[in-house]
Amino acid sequence: MTFDERYFNIGRLDRLSYGDSFIHRLDPRTKVIATILFLFTVVSFPKYEVVALAPFFLFPILLMTLGGISLRFIALKVLMVSPFAILIGIFNPLFDTQTVTIGFGTSISAGWISFAAILVKFTLTVSTALLLVATTSFPGVCQALRRLGCPAIFVTQLLFLYRYLFVLAEEAMRIVRARDLRCFGRQGRGVKIFARLVGTLLVRSLDRAERIYRAMLSRGFAGDIPRLGGFRLRSADLAFAAAMALFLVTFRFFPLTEEFGRFAQELWR
Amino acid sequence: MSHHIIEFRDVLFRYPDGTEALKGINFRITHGESVGIVGANGAGKSTLLLHLNGCLLPAAGTVTIGDLTLAAETRRQLRRKVGVVFQNPDDQLFMPTVFEDVAFGPLNIGLNDRQVRERVHWALGMVGCLDLWDKPPHHLSAGQKSAVAIAAVMAMEPDILAMDEPAANLDPRSRRSLIGLLKTFRHTKLIASHDLDLILDVCERCLVVRDGRVVADGPSAAILSDAPLLEENNLELPLSLHRR
Repeated sequence: MTFDERYFNIGRLDRLSYGDSFIHRLDPRTKVIATILFLFTVVSFPKYEVVALAPFFLFPILLMTLGGISLRFIALKVLMVSPFAILIGIFNPLFDTQTVTIGFGTSISAGWISFAAILVKFTLTVSTALLLVATTSFPGVCQALRRLGCPAIFVTQLLFLYRYLFVLAEEAMRIVRARDLRCFGRQGRGVKIFARLVGTLLVRSLDRAERIYRAMLSRGFAGDIPRLGGFRLRSADLAFAAAMALFLVTFRFFPLTEEFGRFAQELWR
Repeated sequence: MSHHIIEFRDVLFRYPDGTEALKGINFRITHGESVGIVGANGAGKSTLLLHLNGCLLPAAGTVTIGDLTLAAETRRQLRRKVGVVFQNPDDQLFMPTVFEDVAFGPLNIGLNDRQVRERVHWALGMVGCLDLWDKPPHHLSAGQKSAVAIAAVMAMEPDILAMDEPAANLDPRSRRSLIGLLKTFRHTKLIASHDLDLILDVCERCLVVRDGRVVADGPSAAILSDAPLLEENNLELPLSLHRR
């Protein structure tokens, strides 16, 4: 994929948030809280737990189906950031060589199991976070955070990050395009030139930051981005939150999958 | 009414790198006047506009707007009187959606929710962009961005409107509708531009700035038809005045 195509792909995620579905219509605060609880629950499982995590896939799948978001889109995004998770877990099988039996007479090192647990947790958390943004929009998430008591400076930073990500990407795209038009073959693509491009981008961004700040001051900015009211909790939100809480507590504290597995084994035997 | 007067007296300004951008600017604009500022690249037009709401403070000389003299303490008050539309709309539209961006100024003034909604509706309606209200600025075309940037400033109901190259990114039709829009404003207006036809259409008076000084000041029709003066300033006759 060329840089240009990549750039036009960034906007996909927030175009999805223009949608209108049960999930899209929920109060952003409900979704943020539900997502945070979900993340904590998933992360709180012990490091060798894989099977008990399986039911948690229901939540992202539910969001995806009700929110009308394609599995392919989310899967590709998750895959794109997966190298980070793989790097974190890849050495587990080497260091943690204690063997465990996993049934049907096969046994592997415990490291593989904790590696799998890391990957499963990673997939669950990242896909849910992406789905939150895809069904709420990034500004919606920021607004919810502010309403839930997140400090103004933090939320303002996030909002600017989002707003100027596109402007910065466009600037980078123009610089890269200008370079590509004037370099032929390998000439002009070296690290030295690249370093200068990045420097130019930094200086331009600093200039831009100053101009933006001026524009903000011109319109009376005094430290906090003011907000209009407009969130309303409806019965659907309460129902969603209650269902979510029940779901999380059930699958966190009662080993239902294990029971189910044992039951299946009994039948098989 | 005396409160919409703009007066620059011997205004000097030097950028931190030593460039003297303004070297003694003098002019006086009275209530309801519409004034164009023209001049070559780097003549000091943008720097001059940045003094209007205190983004920059003069190194010497005085800037008086209404009954206030520009100084660090009066900046905030001046910003409510003077709305500045900057050249690059991307710098001006910093909020995640069009609605929130236009609401930013009115909210900072301290209006309540209902008043803010009314203002935003009025301002977006005026520039013909009501249907864009929930779009993020990065999905707008350049013309739409310019229109929304103007709405964002107008929503604060400034007494004086200052614009830097308002038509630079617009296609001919958007430019034409901008000109129509500007003509309907009863505000005191200052417009810096290389688009001399726009100035001729919108402004009855025109200042020529060269090298940090005002070198000509008079009715637009007279100044913009003075070919030798224009050529000295890297400008040329407006297209509408060309004789074929």
